[in-house]
Amino acid sequence: MEKQKCECGHLNPYGTHLCESCGKPLEEKDKNATMVDMRYDGVARRSQTYNKKIVDRIWNFFSSVKIGISIIILILVTSSIGTIFPQEMYIPSNVSAAQHYENEYGIAGQVYYTLGFHNLYGSWWYMALIASLGISLIIASLDRVVPLYRVLKHQRVSRNEGFLSRQRMFGVSHSEDPEQTMTDAKQFFARKKYNVREENGSLLAEKNRFTRWGPYINHIGLIVFLTGCMLRFFPGMYVDDLVWVREGETEVIPGTDGEYFIENDEFFVDLYDENDEVFGPAMQRASGQTVETYQTNAILYQREEGGTVGAEPDLNEVKSKEIEVNHPLRFNNFSLYQSDYKVNEFNKMSLSMTDRETDESIGTIEIDLFDPQAEYDLGDGYRVVIDSYFPNFEFDDEGEPSTVSDIPDNPAFIFQMFSPEHDEDGEYSFVGIQRNEDIFNENDYQMSFEGVETKDVTGLTVRKDLTLPFLIVGGSIFMIGLVQGSYWSHRRVWIRRFDNEVWIAGHTNKHWESLKKEFRALSKETKLDVPEDKQQLKEEEDEQSNGRDDGNGRN
Amino acid sequence: MNNQMEGMTAMAEISANLLLIAFFLYLIATICFAVSVTGRKWRDKQGDVIGNRWGTVGYVFSILGFCFSVGYFITRWIAAGHVPVSNMFEYTTFLGTTLCLAFIILYGIYRTNVLGMFTMPIVLLVIAFASVFPTELEPLIPALQSNWLKIHVTTTALGQGILSIGFAAGLIYLIRTLDFTKRNKKVFWLEFIMYSLVSLVSFIIIRYAFELLQYQATFEYVNEAGESAEMTYNMPALLGPNEGTLLTNGMMEPLISMPAWLRSDDANTVIWSLGAGLIFYFLLRLVLRKPLGGAIQPLLRGISPDTVDEVSYRAIAIGFPVFTLGGLIFAMIWAQIAWTRFWGWDPKEVWALITFLFYAAYLHLRLSRGWHGERSAWLCVIGFVIIMFNLVFVNLVIAGLHSYA
Amino acid sequence: MSKKRKRLIMRSSILGVIAVALGYVFYTNFMSGQETDVHEGEVAPNFVLQNMDGEEVELEDLRGKGVFLNFWGTYCPPCEDEMPHMEKQYEKYKDRGVEILAVNVGESDLAVERFVNRYDLTFPVLLDENKDVLDHYGIGPLPSTFLIDEDGVVQRVLLGGMTEENIGEYMEEIEPS
Repeated sequence: MEKQKCECGHLNPYGTHLCESCGKPLEEKDKNATMVDMRYDGVARRSQTYNKKIVDRIWNFFSSVKIGISIIILILVTSSIGTIFPQEMYIPSNVSAAQHYENEYGIAGQVYYTLGFHNLYGSWWYMALIASLGISLIIASLDRVVPLYRVLKHQRVSRNEGFLSRQRMFGVSHSEDPEQTMTDAKQFFARKKYNVREENGSLLAEKNRFTRWGPYINHIGLIVFLTGCMLRFFPGMYVDDLVWVREGETEVIPGTDGEYFIENDEFFVDLYDENDEVFGPAMQRASGQTVETYQTNAILYQREEGGTVGAEPDLNEVKSKEIEVNHPLRFNNFSLYQSDYKVNEFNKMSLSMTDRETDESIGTIEIDLFDPQAEYDLGDGYRVVIDSYFPNFEFDDEGEPSTVSDIPDNPAFIFQMFSPEHDEDGEYSFVGIQRNEDIFNENDYQMSFEGVETKDVTGLTVRKDLTLPFLIVGGSIFMIGLVQGSYWSHRRVWIRRFDNEVWIAGHTNKHWESLKKEFRALSKETKLDVPEDKQQLKEEEDEQSNGRDDGNGRN
Repeated sequence: MNNQMEGMTAMAEISANLLLIAFFLYLIATICFAVSVTGRKWRDKQGDVIGNRWGTVGYVFSILGFCFSVGYFITRWIAAGHVPVSNMFEYTTFLGTTLCLAFIILYGIYRTNVLGMFTMPIVLLVIAFASVFPTELEPLIPALQSNWLKIHVTTTALGQGILSIGFAAGLIYLIRTLDFTKRNKKVFWLEFIMYSLVSLVSFIIIRYAFELLQYQATFEYVNEAGESAEMTYNMPALLGPNEGTLLTNGMMEPLISMPAWLRSDDANTVIWSLGAGLIFYFLLRLVLRKPLGGAIQPLLRGISPDTVDEVSYRAIAIGFPVFTLGGLIFAMIWAQIAWTRFWGWDPKEVWALITFLFYAAYLHLRLSRGWHGERSAWLCVIGFVIIMFNLVFVNLVIAGLHSYA
Repeated sequence: MSKKRKRLIMRSSILGVIAVALGYVFYTNFMSGQETDVHEGEVAPNFVLQNMDGEEVELEDLRGKGVFLNFWGTYCPPCEDEMPHMEKQYEKYKDRGVEILAVNVGESDLAVERFVNRYDLTFPVLLDENKDVLDHYGIGPLPSTFLIDEDGVVQRVLLGGMTEENIGEYMEEIEPS
C-alpha cells in the first residue's frame, strides 16, 4: 500500500484522514465536508492497512470496535439468560439437576437444562466469549494507541487552513493589532493552565492530553484482570474446599498438604432478641428469627517440621481467632471462612439392655458414634456386641441395610445381645431412630434408647486464591484509567494569524459546552470573537426546516 | 436502659418526619421548575427574568430537600445503629437521595431548568415507591455486618443516581426532538415509557388508597409444595391464589385463579397497577388530545437538543466510573470477604455486570461509532430500564443472595 | 517490506501467546476432567499409616514391589463391589511382588473391621484417621486407585470402580520385572 504525501511534505500511512503533521484533509470526502471527523485525530488505524495473511485477517477482525461492541452485547444478552432460573451451583444438591429443573420449572426448565443454561457461566462458549473480549481489548487498543500517541506527540503548532476551517468550533476575527491579540490569547491560555506553544504566527493551546490515554489504560487494567481470572486454572493457584470440624476436635486443613490443622473450640449461633425495642416490630412481622452471629472459636496449628504424612502429627499452635462471617481467619495465603454449620449432630448414644418380661434394665452402654467399640460388657454374663453399624442408615437398591456416608445423621445398629439364657449365639436386634426390630426370633431382651449427646459442627470454607494480586492490580489500573478518561477533557485551541485576520479553531474530545464557556471568557479579554459552533448551527437550521414541515402538516 | 431504648424509637420517628419534609420540598422544587419552564410562554408579557428566577428557587428547594434527606439518613443511622441501606425501603429512598445529589451537581454545571422539571418528579416517584415497602428498622444479618455495607451500597447507589440523570436528559431529548404528528415506532415506544411512568404513579396511588381503606382479604390456598397455606391481599383480588378460598367476609371474590408457582398477590398488584395506568393514560390522552410526549414538547421549544445530549453524556461519563467502583470493584472486595469468593454469578452480580457492559457499549458506540443525539438518548433510556430491573425485579422476583423479599 | 515482516512477526507472536494461554485454560477446564493432586509419572508421596492391628506401614518400605494403592469407604457401593475382586487377584499376585494398600477414608475402626471380616480381606487395610493422606493425594470421589511401580513411580491414576479382569491387568502392569 502506498503512502500518501501531503502538500506540506509529510508522508502519511495509507488510510490517514488528516495529515499527521499539518492536519490537511486528505480524503475527498473530508475535503468537501464542513466538519472533519476528529476521531483518533484522523490517523490511520494500523489494521486497515493489510488484509492478506490469515494472521492479518484474525488481527483485523479483533481490531474492529464494531466487533468489540458486538462481543459486549453478546455477553450482556447471554449473561441475562443465566439469571432466568437459578444456576446449578445454587440449586439443592439432593436431587439431580435434570430433575430439579423439570420439577420446579416444567417444560421451560427442561429446555433450560437441555440447552446447558443451568451452567451457563462455566460453559465453553461463554468462556470463549469472554476470551474474545480479552483478545479484542488487546488488539483494538494496540492498533489505535500507537498511531494516536505518535500523532499527538508530534503535533505541529501551525495547522493547514483546511484543517482549521473544518473544525466544529471555528471563527475568523479581524484585528487592528493581531500581534497584541495573539499575546493576549497566549496569556489567557497560560493562566488557564493550558500548555501553550507558539510558532511563527500560530498558536496551539492544549490542556489535559493525558485524558486521551485513559481508555487505553483502563483496557490494560482489564487485560491484567482477565489474565488474573485465567490464572485460576493453573495448578496451585486456587483452593476451594470445605472442612467440617466438630466442637473439641482438630482437623487437617485440606489443600495445605497436611501442614495446617484447625481446632473448633466452640461454635454457636446467636439470635436477635425478638422483643427488641428497635428491631422487634420488623422481626414480628416477618415472624421469623434473625441470626445475629455465627461464630467459631478456632485455633490454628502447624505441623512440626519433618515427619511423614499420615503419622500422628506434633502440632504447634499458630494463633487463635473468633471466625465470624465477614471475619475470616487468614494465614499464609489461606483464609478460613465461616460458611456453614450443623447444630446438634449426634455424637454419643446411650442404650440400655432391658428384660422385656420384667422391664428391668440390665445395664446401659454409651456408644461413641464416631468410634464405637465392638463389644460392651455389662457383667454377670450380659454383654452387647455390635454386629453392624450404619452411621447414616438406608436400605440400598437390593433392600439390604447400608450407609450413605460415615456421618452419623441417622445411626442404626444390629446388636447381638448375650445373656445367661442366650450365651451361645445371643439374640439379634436391629435398632435405629424410630426402629427396634427383632431379627430371626422374638427376643427376650431388647436395647432401648436412653439418650443422645450432640455436638455442634462448624463448616469452614478453605480458600487460597493467588490470582487476587493480579485482580487488585488490574482493577486499580482499570479504575485509574477510567477516571483519567472520564473526568477531564482534552481541549485544543489553534490560533493562526493571516495578516489582519486571526483564525481560531477549537476541539475537545467531549463536553463542548465547557469549551464554549472558555471561548466566551477569551472573547471578553481579547478582541477575538466567539467562534461559531457548526453543529449547533446545523441543528438550528434543521429545526427551522422541520418546523415549517410541522406547520404545513397541521394546516 | 429502657430510657435509651425509647430514645432510639423517638429518633426513628424524627427520621421519618425529616423524610416527609424532604418529600414535600422535592414536590415544591418540582412545581418551581415546572413554572420556570412553562413560564417562558409569558416571557413577552412579563419579561425574561421570571423563568430564570423560578429555576433558581427550584434549585434552592432541591438543595433543601437534599439536606433533609441527609437528615433522615443520619437520624435513621443513629436509630438503627447501622447504615440505613439494608432493605428495599432504605435502599430505594437512598437512591432517590443520590438522584437528587446528582441533579444538584449537573444543574450546577449546566443550569438547565428543564432537567429539574424531569428529575425532581423522578426523585418524588422513587421515594414514594420506596415507602410502599415495610419501613421498620430491621436487624442486620451476619453477612451484612461489615464496613463494606456503607462503602459498597452507597457508592453503587450514587453511581445509579448519576446514571439515572442520563435517563432524564435522554427522555428530554426524545420528547424535544421526536415528531409526534406521525404514528411510528419511536413515538409508540416513547409513549410506552410515559405509560410506564403513569403506571408507577398509579401503583403508588392505589397502594396508598387501599391502605387508607385498610383493605385486607385473606385466602386459604394450596402452595407450590402442595400444602395448604394462607395469603393476605391488600388490594381486591382480581387474580386469586391457586385453589384459593376467601376467608375474610365481604371482600371481593377473585376473577381467575393463578397456578401455584406464581406469587399471585404480587401478580395481582401488577395487574392493578398496569390496569389503572392504562385508564389514567387514556384519560390523559383524552384530555390532551395528543400523545403525552407531544403535549410536553411545546414546553421544551427553547431548549437546545445538543446541550441536553451533552448533559446526558456527561451524567453517564461521571456516573459510570462511580457505578463501576461501587457496583463491581467494592462489590468484589466485599464478596471476597463475606462470601469467600469475589464473584459467584449471583443474579444481582450478573445484573451489575450487565449494567456495566451496557454503559461500556454505550460509550464505545458514542465515541467510536458516533452515536450522538437520538440514538444515544434511546440508549440512556434502556440503561435506566436495566437499573430499575436490577433494583425491582432482581431483588423481589429472582431468588439470590441479595434478595430482600 | 522488512517493516511489514516485522509487523507480521509481532502480530503472530501476540496471537500465538494468547492462543497458547487460552488453549491451556480450555484444555484443563474442559478436556482433562477430574484430577488428583498426584499425577502419572510422579514419585508417589511417602506416608505412614496404621493397619488394623495397629502396626505402622510406610509406603517407602515397599520399594521393589509394585503397589496397588486403593482409597475406599464402606459406604461407597463401587468400593464394596471391587473389594472381593481385589482379594482374588491379590492371592494370585502377592507372591509375584505386588502389594495392595487399601486406605480407608477415616471411618470408625468398627465399621472397617466389620467390613474386612465380612469380605475376608487378607491384604493390608490402612486407616487414614484424619484424612491426611487423602488430602495429600487430592482424592475426590471414591474409589480412586494409584498403580505404583517398584521404583515408587505412579504409573496410572484410576478413578471409579473396576472389574476383576481390569484389576488383574493392572496388577500385571506393576509386577516387578
